[in-house]
Amino acid sequence: MTQEEPGITLTDEQKKKRRSRSIAIAVVLGALVVLFYVVTIVKLGPGIMDRAL
Amino acid sequence: MSLVERQDTISQDSSVWDGGMGSVSDYVALLKPRVMSLVIFTAFVGLMLAPGSVHPVLGAVAILCIAIGAGASGALNMWYDADIDRIMSRTRNRPIPAGKVTGDEALAFGITLSIGSVVTLGLLVNWFAGAFLAFTIFFYVVVYTMWLKRSTPQNIVIGGAAGAFPPMIGWASVTGSVSLESFVLFLIIFMWTPPHFWALALFKSVDYRAAGVPMLPVVAGETSTRHHILVYSLLLAPVGVAPYLLGFAGPVYGAAAALLGLTFLALAADVWRKRDGDVARLACVRLFKYSIFYLFMLFALLLGESLVAGA
Repeated sequence: MTQEEPGITLTDEQKKKRRSRSIAIAVVLGALVVLFYVVTIVKLGPGIMDRAL
Repeated sequence: MSLVERQDTISQDSSVWDGGMGSVSDYVALLKPRVMSLVIFTAFVGLMLAPGSVHPVLGAVAILCIAIGAGASGALNMWYDADIDRIMSRTRNRPIPAGKVTGDEALAFGITLSIGSVVTLGLLVNWFAGAFLAFTIFFYVVVYTMWLKRSTPQNIVIGGAAGAFPPMIGWASVTGSVSLESFVLFLIIFMWTPPHFWALALFKSVDYRAAGVPMLPVVAGETSTRHHILVYSLLLAPVGVAPYLLGFAGPVYGAAAALLGLTFLALAADVWRKRDGDVARLACVRLFKYSIFYLFMLFALLLGESLVAGA
């Protein structure tokens, strides 16, 4: 049996900061999804309705 | 070979992890928001002056990408310059010297944003503008920060090009190319940068000397710096009027730019005349503050005229 590595234990302060950074990253990623969606519609224009039946 | 070698600081205690302490606002500070605001403004003016039109959403995306690219350059600059930032009073509260963000975290942040901004600009707007933004980041980080800044007193003369490219990128976002007009916008900021920074360096020369950064006042002396400021101001004043002379700005801009340029020149002459004591320092501070107003006014006038003409 191998002994488990202790690794890094985060302090409460580090955990708090990590949580706020994670939320910020989530917001940015969400905004990017919306941005690419909107730009796709802008670039395609009326062609977005032009679908083969 | 640099005059000042970069010094890395490595924690001696491997059991302590000093990372993960940066808050969102620390990461925002890495982007140099004040520099970013000037980049956003000048890039926006370049975009608005360009012939043709761009969809407002794509225009906003272009400005956003240019701003993020500029911020990424700032983060990479702070990563590389952390050793000298620790020494200078003006910069010692930046996130890395203050111990809030580690150098590795700033590096990763800067590289991620650089790639993200360039690829997004290329994919959503056009690849010429994307490539131009990539070149600008490279120029600021590698040519200016890593090479020129610590090796020559001409650092900000050549390195100033990086800060002058944003209006050209804004222009290129619309046209997919560069032109004489966009080059003139570049030239205004390029000629403005040396007297602006040398005025700052004159009243912060103690800081630069302590950090070993070969700014002009440190290497060539304060008298030589004052000569340089005057010469560059003499060159800047007509360059500021060039948009009118070349026909892409109106007479209101032409008259205002001439007046603003003459005032710049008068303040530069004041710096040149007053060599000692508090009056000399005050003259430098006044020129430094006025230079920011000068650049803002030139671009605001160009923007105002283009909006009036388009209405």
